[in-house]
Amino acid sequence: MDLIGILSLAGNELISPMTVGYILCGIGLAVHFGYTGLLNFGQAAFAALGGYGFAIATLDFGWNIWGSILFGLLCSMGFAAILGIPTLRLRADYLAIVTIAAAQALRFYVGSSTAEPITGGSAGVSQFGEEFYGLNPLPEDFTWNLGTVAFTSDEIWMRIVAWVVVGIAVVFILALTRSPWGRVLKGIREDEDAVRALGKNVFSYKLQALVIGGSIASLGGMVFVMSSQTNQPSNWGTNFTFITWTILLLGGAATMLGPIVGGMVFFGMMTLIESVLGVLVDAGLMPFLAIEQVAQIRFLLVGLILMILVIFRPQGFFGNKKEIQFNG
Amino acid sequence: MANEIAIGAAAPGCKKVDPILVADHVIRQFGGLTAVNVEHVEIPRGKITALIGPNGAGKTTFFNLLTGFDKPNSGTWIFDGKNLAGVPSFKVARRGMIRTFQLTKALSLLTVIDNMRLGAQRQLGEGFWASFARPLWKAQETQITTKADELLKRFKLDAKREDYAGSLSGGQRKLLEMARALMGDPKLVMLDEPMAGVNPALTQSLLEHIKDLKSNGTTVLFVEHDMHMVRHISDWVIVMAEGKIVAEGPPAQVMSDQAVIDAYLGAHADTDLGTVEIKAIKAGK
Amino acid sequence: MGRFGQLISVLAILFSLVFAAAPSAHAAEDPSTFAYTIAGTLQQDDVPIPGVKITASQDGKSYGTESDEFGEWTIMVPTDGKWSVELDTATIPAEFKLASADGAVGEADLVQTDFAAVLFKFGNADVVETQSVWEQLVIRTFAGFNFGLMLAIAAIGITLIYGTTGLNNFAHGEMVTLGAMIMWLCFSFFSMNVIISGLIAVAAVTAFGWFQDAAIWKPLRKRRLGLNQMMIVSIGFGITARYVLLLLFQGDTKDMSGGQTIIQLGPIFTSDVTLISMLISILALGGVALFLTRTRIGKATRAVSDNAPLAASTGIDVEKIIRIVWLLAAALTGLAGVLYGLQFQASWSVGFDLLLLLFAAVTLGGLGTSLGAAVGALIIGLVVEISTIWMPSELKYVTGLVILIVILIVRPQGVLGKKQRIG
Repeated sequence: MDLIGILSLAGNELISPMTVGYILCGIGLAVHFGYTGLLNFGQAAFAALGGYGFAIATLDFGWNIWGSILFGLLCSMGFAAILGIPTLRLRADYLAIVTIAAAQALRFYVGSSTAEPITGGSAGVSQFGEEFYGLNPLPEDFTWNLGTVAFTSDEIWMRIVAWVVVGIAVVFILALTRSPWGRVLKGIREDEDAVRALGKNVFSYKLQALVIGGSIASLGGMVFVMSSQTNQPSNWGTNFTFITWTILLLGGAATMLGPIVGGMVFFGMMTLIESVLGVLVDAGLMPFLAIEQVAQIRFLLVGLILMILVIFRPQGFFGNKKEIQFNG
Repeated sequence: MANEIAIGAAAPGCKKVDPILVADHVIRQFGGLTAVNVEHVEIPRGKITALIGPNGAGKTTFFNLLTGFDKPNSGTWIFDGKNLAGVPSFKVARRGMIRTFQLTKALSLLTVIDNMRLGAQRQLGEGFWASFARPLWKAQETQITTKADELLKRFKLDAKREDYAGSLSGGQRKLLEMARALMGDPKLVMLDEPMAGVNPALTQSLLEHIKDLKSNGTTVLFVEHDMHMVRHISDWVIVMAEGKIVAEGPPAQVMSDQAVIDAYLGAHADTDLGTVEIKAIKAGK
Repeated sequence: MGRFGQLISVLAILFSLVFAAAPSAHAAEDPSTFAYTIAGTLQQDDVPIPGVKITASQDGKSYGTESDEFGEWTIMVPTDGKWSVELDTATIPAEFKLASADGAVGEADLVQTDFAAVLFKFGNADVVETQSVWEQLVIRTFAGFNFGLMLAIAAIGITLIYGTTGLNNFAHGEMVTLGAMIMWLCFSFFSMNVIISGLIAVAAVTAFGWFQDAAIWKPLRKRRLGLNQMMIVSIGFGITARYVLLLLFQGDTKDMSGGQTIIQLGPIFTSDVTLISMLISILALGGVALFLTRTRIGKATRAVSDNAPLAASTGIDVEKIIRIVWLLAAALTGLAGVLYGLQFQASWSVGFDLLLLLFAAVTLGGLGTSLGAAVGALIIGLVVEISTIWMPSELKYVTGLVILIVILIVRPQGVLGKKQRIG
């Protein structure tokens, strides 16, 4: 593979719907963790519910695109409420264990043959984007090349919509967090007892934050599954959540730019690394690495980046104000 | 003095002329240990009341119970005519009983002015939907900010307005926490060891601030170890030992009370109560 | 040690592991180097179907296998994408029947994943059960007890570390995996004696435990890093370790079940390996109990768990106790991995799969109490296995996770825990 090819692939990753899916989940996690201090390790479940909710409403209920989006949002809001009402009174690390366990339980369940009539079991659901791509106003022969990567009209449409959703989410969250409402959230992140002593209903704010962040993540899930029109349980493993945390911490947890830049940097960088490693392996320079193993390096790096960020730079590379704290 | 505040002679659990807070049979047990066992106590309105006692006497636990941060095994208390038992902590604050903490809880990564703004009650912009409608809360926000700036000036924190609260010194944090509590226009301020960790240069100004509160009509209840402070500013002193109220009365009278000295000295063997404080009690004789 | 010192030590772990990987390189066509796994279990009414030929094919390439005595089958394939999986109907034993005529072909979807399960349906839904509920209960209780004992030794490891350091160690499962993998390496790959293999595996995991405490956790404790931050570091460390293990040992499941003797106890079919494993687990648990209650160091460990500052003020060297706890926890967890690997098939992600069940066990018993963790593990093991009588066995982990969630919500201090441990 030549240099242009590698750079084109990396450039494609910067704007791909998959990257946007993670970025939206990162923005949701910024509301949870960056602003409110909630240790949510079940972000994959919120995204999954968005994807499944949308697909099921479209395919099984025959709802239109707006109804399906609403249903996806309602699924993740319901999940946030079921999870949050009992657990938000618990200690922060308990929330982490409960959310990761709930996300895993949900994933095992939707992938099981018991749930197959609704969720399609381990194969998942697919072909639910007809209406979405039908809305594409771009002419069919409208194409664009990014170096060696060519985009069809539908692929361009997908990317435009994905980034518009990011824009809307950012404006929405900025409006919220720059208000007195957002000030209460930040107060809770710093010390919830102090905020309680000032007469604020901390539990209610935490629940609102969990629901809002979960809703943004479910939009992320919809964007994530829409480009390939397939939604499978294997998309929503714990690695999805861990990558979301990595891009959030990479960019800076209490900023809106953080997850966006973090997501682009992460996926761009991963593609570069994997391409270069691929070339090296092909050339026989990496005798201990098989070509199939190159993809596994990504997760190894996720783990390393997560450790190094938390230890050495918890505010992320772009969170200049050090506006991040772990209550431990 | 006793006659102005209490009805009849000053004695543990005595009735007050105008109580703002009346607590009955408040009991809190941890495992087999009874941390608080208060039969009856009344806090006089518009006065500065000190709650003293040796370490482990249950003062902070009693504070936590009254403010809804901990739940008693039994007991009732009435604040300003309304029952407060079982009311969650944030509602206690909304009813006008605002507390501070022994270990200061300045919200480190909020600016000083945001800390102050957070203290204001009934903010329109704190509602989820309202937060999007800036015009709805803009005027109130300006009003809150003006009030916050006045308080910051009074507490000599105006130069630190835009700094993160985490960058303040221990004493400044205590001041900020007190000023922030005042943003909520409390009827009763409960200060948990306001002098702990404050450098001597700031002590005098803290004392003045507490006296100011009284002259503005706010009732103050504070937990303190520093006998100097207790003697100089409090109108009334309540002494706790082993979870019970063992004495109360005007400061001079309480500090010469044999029961108080016994409470401190008796507890001395197994606590780290400083000898300074014991000397202070003896000096008060 | 400064920032860079720590960074270097973190990197050192990795490099040492990555370079250790060098000898395990294989030729490109060796299926054990393939990164993608298709697997499934053939059974009709919970009876495994052995000896059925299964083939996965894509673009003219095909790879085949045969279902084993448990009806389980695994095919490693070199590329992702969609694979067509087909049963050779001629090899299905006469007493079993596919649910539908076209049910012999399935699809494995390896898009954005390295594992896919393919289900073939046998029999028909309204066939009468062959075993009575009572018999099933006996069988499942035995299996649950066995699984619970194995969980218990690993759970005590988690709880000892949590008790003394406050760390919710999300990298704990990888010690189980490491134990199972070293066991496989010694026992199956190098055909060493089973006891020597087990000892080597436990020793290796113990060394790993000591090493990670010295290189990561101790420096972080010195920095006074918050416990929640430490927890996230452990998540990162867990991911890294997991994928290093994948690179080293590849993605296939390691079968070490050869050479065992099947033993029948009433309705229960078990093996000598299982019975000996259970005995070892019980002895290990008893040993830990004696250590904690009878020895000076064990008592000191409990004192540190109860109140570290108080313990320090009475002259206990807290750091030394923590080091011993890490060694002990790692040894126990490695042993759990060895026993798991011998009885069940272990793959690179087995520890992480078990991790949440371990947390469930520890939480059920009350975080930080060893007895509680052991009891919690037995309960989880029993519930998970017994639930399969009424629920599809593919949902048995879900049962465990739901228990974890409910316990945290209803009684966060656990069944045996003390209330003041929370909040």
